[in-house]
Amino acid sequence: MTIVFYVSSAVAIAATVLMLTRVRAVHALLYLIVSLLAVAVIFYVLGAPFVAALELIIYAGAIMVLFVFVVMLLNLGEETVRAERALLAPSMWIGPSVLAAILLAEFIWMLARGGVPPAQAVSIGPVEVGISLFGPYLIGVELTSMLLLGGLVGAYHLGSRKAPHTEVTHATHP
Amino acid sequence: MLPIRESFILAGILFTLGVIGVLARRNLVFILMSIEVMLNAAGLAFVVAGAQWRQPDGQVVFLFILAMAAAELSVGLALVLELYRQYKTLDTDVLSRMRG
Amino acid sequence: MLDLLWLVPAIPFASAFVLAVFGPRMRSKAVAVLGAGAIAVPAVLMLLIAAAFVSAPPAGGAYTQVLWTWIGVGSFRPAIAFYLDALSLVMVVVVTFVSFLIHVYSTEFMRGDEGYSRFFAYMNLFVASMVTLLLADNLLLLYLGWEGVGLCSYLLIGFWYQDPVNGLAGRKAFIVTRVGDTAMAVGLFLLFHSLGTLRIQDLLHTASDQWQIGSPYAVAAAALLLGGAVGKSAQLPLQTWLPDAMAGPTPTSALIHAATMVTAGVYLIARTHGLYELAPQVQLAVAVTGAATLLMAGCSALTQNDIKRVLAYSTISQIGYMFFALGVGAWGAAIFHFMTHAFFKALLFLAAGVVIEALHHEHNIFRMGGLRKELPAAFWTFLIGGCALAGLPLITAGYYSKDLILWSAANSTAGTAGLWVAGIAGVVLTSLYTFRLIFVVFFGQPATPVSHRPGPAMMIPAFVLAFLSITAGFATTPFAAFMAKALPELHEGGMGMSEVINSTVAGLAFLAGLLVAWYAYLSNPALGRAAATSRVGRVLHRFWFSDWGMDWFYDRLFVWPVVWSAKANKADIVDSIYTGLTRLAALCHRYFSLTETGRLRWYAAWIAGGSAFAVAIAMFL
Repeated sequence: MTIVFYVSSAVAIAATVLMLTRVRAVHALLYLIVSLLAVAVIFYVLGAPFVAALELIIYAGAIMVLFVFVVMLLNLGEETVRAERALLAPSMWIGPSVLAAILLAEFIWMLARGGVPPAQAVSIGPVEVGISLFGPYLIGVELTSMLLLGGLVGAYHLGSRKAPHTEVTHATHP
Repeated sequence: MLPIRESFILAGILFTLGVIGVLARRNLVFILMSIEVMLNAAGLAFVVAGAQWRQPDGQVVFLFILAMAAAELSVGLALVLELYRQYKTLDTDVLSRMRG
Repeated sequence: MLDLLWLVPAIPFASAFVLAVFGPRMRSKAVAVLGAGAIAVPAVLMLLIAAAFVSAPPAGGAYTQVLWTWIGVGSFRPAIAFYLDALSLVMVVVVTFVSFLIHVYSTEFMRGDEGYSRFFAYMNLFVASMVTLLLADNLLLLYLGWEGVGLCSYLLIGFWYQDPVNGLAGRKAFIVTRVGDTAMAVGLFLLFHSLGTLRIQDLLHTASDQWQIGSPYAVAAAALLLGGAVGKSAQLPLQTWLPDAMAGPTPTSALIHAATMVTAGVYLIARTHGLYELAPQVQLAVAVTGAATLLMAGCSALTQNDIKRVLAYSTISQIGYMFFALGVGAWGAAIFHFMTHAFFKALLFLAAGVVIEALHHEHNIFRMGGLRKELPAAFWTFLIGGCALAGLPLITAGYYSKDLILWSAANSTAGTAGLWVAGIAGVVLTSLYTFRLIFVVFFGQPATPVSHRPGPAMMIPAFVLAFLSITAGFATTPFAAFMAKALPELHEGGMGMSEVINSTVAGLAFLAGLLVAWYAYLSNPALGRAAATSRVGRVLHRFWFSDWGMDWFYDRLFVWPVVWSAKANKADIVDSIYTGLTRLAALCHRYFSLTETGRLRWYAAWIAGGSAFAVAIAMFL
């Protein structure tokens, strides 16, 4: 099991790095999906099969399909690809990398100092999660439903084409 | 024995990679993808913590993060479409009308 | 009969209200009838009440009429209640009667004035307030009347408000008396705090039970009340407002600034005499204030050339005599002098008003002259008033009241020889300035032609007052007996001067003043001019003319620092803190808005950097 963990960790990191450096959106999306799949494997290793399945179905499945549709709707041509390539100069990566390295170093340092006791592998299946979800977290579930409804309404409103007058309010800015 | 510490480090690495993506890329679609990576890393940390204490709570929170990510992305992508429709670009440095 | 007492203030008040609201739409004849009638009814009523009071005195020598509780807060329950005893009875009778005469006079004097109904509304309100002041059962109600008369005084001084000078005079009167009123208010707080009541009679009993003679509380309370009295009665050092108050119409000067309101301070001290007996130091201060004021004002009166200002200074001087009497413990004599003064000073003002109107609003006495034949009625009434003021022996009322005061100063345990000498010097001065005025105005060569002759409505009140100015003096003994019911009698002792010597000296002092005036202004006018134009004379003249430089002094002491600091602080230093805040906010806005680049990545970078920093803090702290 440990080997599986390390391999999938390596795959997740590599896929994420590759995603970040792609020029074409569709390629990046495919690497992102790979990264998510690798994380799903890690969930399984950690004894969370239900979450692993959900990661597959919802994240790698539904959400990424949404992404693909958007990328297709945008229909970014060769021109954009060339522009994107020009933007990806090596110097662009220095600042963010330094900042991220500091954050990571702090994180690891705190992790090392805190000391994590080893734990036995125990699988926590959908039953326990379900009982917990509809027991103490019931209000959270209700709130989530409202959030999703809000997302639905917002996406529908923004996606509808009958809002040309929004342009006018922007133009008044000096 | 579960690789708890290693899992946390993996979550940290994925999160910082997401940060790099948000800061370095200028295309909105890539920024959204990087945000997904960051959210996923945070969810991973929760699940790891849940496994550590053998509690389902970590997974429950992951589910909430999942729902939140879905809602965020649907609105975010709708905005991306609308922006592209109006400005014919997704470069965030060009879309800087909210300058003070 | 006594239970009709409440009508005495209520009728003028109602009339003032009606005149204020409907006056401008009423015909002037109706205004005159209502305005004067609203005083006539209380005056008659008061005479009837006085008759009932004297013929069948109420139990305890005082009658109290409680109308309703004014304010009820815990143990603090001042009532709208009237207290009638010998003291307030005399005061109210004199006030209502003189007010009535002056109202009758005003109906003619003010005829044709734009603010005819406004004038009567103010005057009626004044009478209502004054009667409330005099009849008040507790000090709070007294204070209400006190402020009410102050308000009417202000309104009437500035009656012809189109001229800014009159408005300034009104404001000056209001502000200067406010200084005294503030002291008085503090005195009321002190009294209520330490004695727990403001009912005057309870207060005096409790005070004499609780406080020793000379206790600091008694001294403080008496001194603070004296402050109020000094302000209202235009005594040193707050006398500066009264000469300027002559800017008001002449009937106003006669009623408010001579006969009634300015003696409110005398009434206040007489009413609270128990407090002053507990504080002999303050009582001495009252006497010294009175003596100093009567001399200073007498000197100033000598140099004035405005007929009304001469009379104003003489009013200050005569009220000085009343304070003087109060200070030596001659309570009854003070009230007696108040009464005679109300008659002869009102008379003098009314006669002066006749002269002023006859000469087309000429105030300068050196542009009058020779009016004896032109205005004989005015001359004779003025002469009677002047003789009463100066104290023509044996005939006039002023002589008897002043003589009583001087005798008390000599024969009281509180009196001293110095005070008596000051009083006698005051008699010389009074006689001197009074006859200077009479000789200059009514003798010599005519300077201004007479344009207007007074009608009966103006002369009859003057005749009545002239009659009273002479006859009131013969009532000395019964009056003293009557006052003894409300006020303690003189503590005899001191020098033990006999009445004959005192009266003779006072009479001689009168004659001395008369002779000097006759010599300097009538027989040998060049001498008077020479005295006034010599070097010493010029300096003294200027000094006295400007009221001993008091206005100048107050100007330097109070007005200049305020004006100077206002000028220095033109930019408003205090405000700069707040403008500085807004400037700081604007500055911060300018610099922080630079961070609003509109670039999403920068914002994200700031968030990431901030979280790195926050985690670092969590790590190392």
